[in-house]
Amino acid sequence: MGMGREVRHSIAKRAAQEIMDGMIVNLGIGIPTLVADYIGDKAVMFHAENGVLGTGPSPIKGEENPNLCNAGGFPITTVKGAAYFDSATAFALIRRGLLDMTILGALEVSEQGDLANWIVPGKRVPGMGGALELAQKAKKVIVLMNQTDKNGHSKIVKECKLPVTAKACVDMVITDMAVFTISDQQLVLEEVFAPFCVEDVLAKTNASVVITNKLLKGDIK
Amino acid sequence: MVTKLKKVVSIEKAGQCIKNGMTIMAGGFGGVGNPPTIIDYLLKNNIKNLTLICNDAGFPHIGVGKLVTDKRLTKLIASHIGSNPNAGKQMTNGELEIEFSPQGSLAERIRAGGVGLGGVLVDVGVGHPFVEKGKEKVTVNGRQFLIETALTADVSIVYAKKGDPFGNLVYDTSARNTNPLVAMAGDITIAEVEQIVDMGELDPEEIVTPGAFVDYVVQSEGVNWQWAWEEK
Repeated sequence: MGMGREVRHSIAKRAAQEIMDGMIVNLGIGIPTLVADYIGDKAVMFHAENGVLGTGPSPIKGEENPNLCNAGGFPITTVKGAAYFDSATAFALIRRGLLDMTILGALEVSEQGDLANWIVPGKRVPGMGGALELAQKAKKVIVLMNQTDKNGHSKIVKECKLPVTAKACVDMVITDMAVFTISDQQLVLEEVFAPFCVEDVLAKTNASVVITNKLLKGDIK
Repeated sequence: MVTKLKKVVSIEKAGQCIKNGMTIMAGGFGGVGNPPTIIDYLLKNNIKNLTLICNDAGFPHIGVGKLVTDKRLTKLIASHIGSNPNAGKQMTNGELEIEFSPQGSLAERIRAGGVGLGGVLVDVGVGHPFVEKGKEKVTVNGRQFLIETALTADVSIVYAKKGDPFGNLVYDTSARNTNPLVAMAGDITIAEVEQIVDMGELDPEEIVTPGAFVDYVVQSEGVNWQWAWEEK
């Protein structure tokens, strides 16, 4: 989405800090996939909704098993302790609330944590895939996206204009400009990335936002 | 003749049971685990006007995506079509009817059909206008659920790594995906397998699909497409 490689990786790197040792995590397609590169030595079981728990790094070129792929269709490897199962079992893990975290992309996120990421009526109708289950059932939902769309409009909004995937499900949003949390339907600006300042972020955030105390003490004069 | 212990037949023999206008169901996820030899049989024999139930629409030249691209489908029940722009185009211009089901609900609908249930109760999509549309709601123990109806097919087509003459199947890594569910949900099930083995060669402990669900076992000629991740 017109985002430079470096920015994509720095968003992924920040998201990886949210992953704790021992977690079960599902990564969506796009920037979320990059998060796996930044978990360091934390023991994490990555879940792929086609039917793998314990996906590992991308295979060395030429050593791919075309049958062994993530939900995006890209070749993967597995880590020690990995398991294969059918897709019903893959979604049993999700529906049963066994995923500690899902990290995914979005078209819009509302200040109450509503997520829109499955359809642009009349333009892009790809279907929901597993987005509803992941958004509704994972213990923590983190969205990685650009702060603004290609026209410069805030993707964080008061209310989603696009059809919602799941209501009040998003716990954290990490953009190219800032980190926000959403709890009790309240959007909070938690961190601002260089070279931006709080005012820059607020100017590109079309929603009611509370600024966390530590930013008030630091950045704002 | 196909007896209950001798189900290994040619693709031409097994393929005869798939006729124009039928509802078929295919195992596979993003092309991985779609049965390539059976799909090519359908293309070569001009089988058309099919309703297809599958996780997704594949890619334009990969897996079930070839059936979409060649306009062999009138209806597709799937969770996602984003990887095959031809499906979106045909949907927009009215050539292809698409019924979207959330991915996990779709898997359970197929499983329900396969295990002889009428449907399943799912809370995913409660309050979601698109997903709720036309579905009955029930309250069980104070929780609201949607009734997601079971899916079956005239013919199920699946891909497995190994199969024996009874139709016992073992899958390969993530190519398992929806295949064991789809294998149970066909009035007739054709299993395309990479390797046909003798009776007794599969350890009963490792068999994923018991042969009783399978009607025909055909030898796979392997994948004949280039994967999206392979360099052009």
